[in-house]
Amino acid sequence: MSDMLETTAPAPASRPRAPRPPPVSVTTAAMERVRALLAKRGKPSYGVRVGVRTRGCSGLSYTLEYADAAEPGDEVLRPAEDITILIAPKAAMFLFGTEMDFVEEQFKSGFTFRNPNEKGRCGCGESFHV
Amino acid sequence: MLLDIYEPGETPLPHEGDRGIAVGIDLGTTNSVVAVARDGTVEVLRDTQGRALLPSVVAYGDDVAVGHDARAALLDRPESVVASIKRLMGRGAEDLKALAGVLPYEFGPPAEGGMARLAIGGRLLTPVEISADILRALAQRARTAIGRDIDRAVITVPAYFDDAARTATRDAARLAGLEVLRLVNEPTAAALAYGLDKGVEGLYAVYDLGGGTFDFSLLRLETGVFQVLATGGDAALGGDDIDHIVAERMLAERRMAGIGAPVDARLAKSALALARLAKECLSAQDDWAGTLDMDGAPSRHTLTRAAFEILIDPLVERSLRICRQVLADAGIAPAELAGCVLVGGSTRVPLVRHRLAAFLGRPPLSDIDPDEVVAVGAALQAEALTAGSDTLLLDVTPLSLGIETMGGIVEKIIDRNTPIPVARAQEFTTYEDGQSAMTIHVLQGEREMVDQCRSLARFVLDGIPPMVAGAARIRVSFAVDADGLLTVAAEERMTGKQARVEVRPSYGLNEDEMARMLRDSLDNAEDDMVVRLLAEAKVEARRTLNAVRAALAADGELLDDAERGTIEALAAAVEATLSGRDRAAVAAAAESLEAGTKIFAERRMDRGIRAALAGRSIDRLGI
Repeated sequence: MSDMLETTAPAPASRPRAPRPPPVSVTTAAMERVRALLAKRGKPSYGVRVGVRTRGCSGLSYTLEYADAAEPGDEVLRPAEDITILIAPKAAMFLFGTEMDFVEEQFKSGFTFRNPNEKGRCGCGESFHV
Repeated sequence: MLLDIYEPGETPLPHEGDRGIAVGIDLGTTNSVVAVARDGTVEVLRDTQGRALLPSVVAYGDDVAVGHDARAALLDRPESVVASIKRLMGRGAEDLKALAGVLPYEFGPPAEGGMARLAIGGRLLTPVEISADILRALAQRARTAIGRDIDRAVITVPAYFDDAARTATRDAARLAGLEVLRLVNEPTAAALAYGLDKGVEGLYAVYDLGGGTFDFSLLRLETGVFQVLATGGDAALGGDDIDHIVAERMLAERRMAGIGAPVDARLAKSALALARLAKECLSAQDDWAGTLDMDGAPSRHTLTRAAFEILIDPLVERSLRICRQVLADAGIAPAELAGCVLVGGSTRVPLVRHRLAAFLGRPPLSDIDPDEVVAVGAALQAEALTAGSDTLLLDVTPLSLGIETMGGIVEKIIDRNTPIPVARAQEFTTYEDGQSAMTIHVLQGEREMVDQCRSLARFVLDGIPPMVAGAARIRVSFAVDADGLLTVAAEERMTGKQARVEVRPSYGLNEDEMARMLRDSLDNAEDDMVVRLLAEAKVEARRTLNAVRAALAADGELLDDAERGTIEALAAAVEATLSGRDRAAVAAAAESLEAGTKIFAERRMDRGIRAALAGRSIDRLGI
């Protein structure tokens, strides 16, 4: 029975040769904005830390803060030579495959995360769950 | 929602919906506890007499009594009282046949679906219904203490509870009008209580000797994340067993003295109640004396702490043997532990503390009342799930999860001991030109090869547009939610075509099977790697071989007979190595084939470019 399955079912998955992408990618617009904000902060920064916490009506919400140093366990990304993005250890598993972007809309602008792991958001979009 | 960058620690909170209050419940074998957390402060809810523990005992008469009243009724009308019902949760009528005569219950005809039913006080009741009565009493206590309706709870279960027992616990809660926000493993809840309240980080052990069960767990606490490293236990070792040993001694003494009728269920229950008194008394004093009185036939019994400790030492030793095993399996020496958390009322027995202290080389921690610590953790988790908190993630995947790739190799996507909930994705591709469907075979286990892991599910993603091998991008994502439910999805990136399946990874695996799978993977790690590398080399060689053959069929006229003969000889050499087990030979033959077809490949490329350029002027191409 299982032999029949083997011969009639299509071939299983094959591993690609390309290396895996970084856990979080950063768009050019986001990098430019981070660069500008770091310059404006008024004191030297190590980079920017992305985190996740269990707040909000849909379970989790993102945090985005200046970082003065890397902390143990942080995943360190360098999308450009002068930009360091730190991913907090407990956030990494929620963020795998996420793209960080900077969006300018008519009345507001800010960073946004396009996270393929999100299964839903609350109505206001302030929090999400995986 | 667009975000700004804030100074560290100053990110404002998103609005928090008022989702009401949820309680934490430790639904124990012997005693149950309910607690509530508000703003990170936990209050263990007590009855009007200030008692936190609600005995998990139910008496069925004209109405239903739960707790101390029910326990008191054990002496008067034991045939209508049930205790330690948790031991029967999720067990089928068939399982219990083996225990008939051992347990002090009478079983009635099983309920629909094969669930065991007990004949109590003229009623037929399932363990779920009896547990629901206990939960109802706890919810009522919470409503009285908090002054508002309570309809949601986090309930703790032993780490070894299987799916049936977990489902039975959820069903009991539903019957009692409670929505279960999450079932949390008891040691994890205890760790949560200590981790949050004391901010202690490092490697910890949780020694949980409850009424009916023993669990020993190793946990790593760091930066707000709790990780279970290893667990072990005995589903039939606890304070009840201590009571049994002491009761048996009393009954033996009674028999020796020739007092009263032969042992029946009523006498056995009376002896157990007296034995529990003796145990509790000997935790504080050195001597105990009491009278077992049944139908006007009293017998007098005495016990010193020294004699008591000799009686129960084999039980304590059994628990320590499990501790040693769990530590050895995890490769951790007792000295590496930053401490050991005590859970369960039976850890009040001085012998337990002394033996454990000797084993660990330091006294165990008991800052939080061992009877309440699990409920405290459950309450904190309940608050985290409703109001939110900075502490995430309580449980881990017990075994690695992955999919089958060509050559029967397992590609792990979520590693063992990854905290859940978790979502991971990885891209895969097709193996053959024009492959229009792909089998996604979901596996669980630590070994490298498919036939040594456990098959969880198999589904097919079809509708892949025709492309050359390796060009398709199939994203396979694994998501394990907080309840351990795994969803595997595969998506072809170009068309967006999707297929998915849901599985329960822990379904049907008991602790022993899990332990065996882990042990096997450690024992065979090196052999497995050799097998895997060989299989990978063969997959690569076959890929090259297929590509060359397809090219020969398409553009064979680019070669003269001699060239073609050389390439065919090289291909045959690759083919010959594929049936063997020599990885180096497979790799070398494939490399020779790739090298020997270089000129052929260049000619094909030239032809391809010429074909692309045909009929276009240079300037239109912008060269």
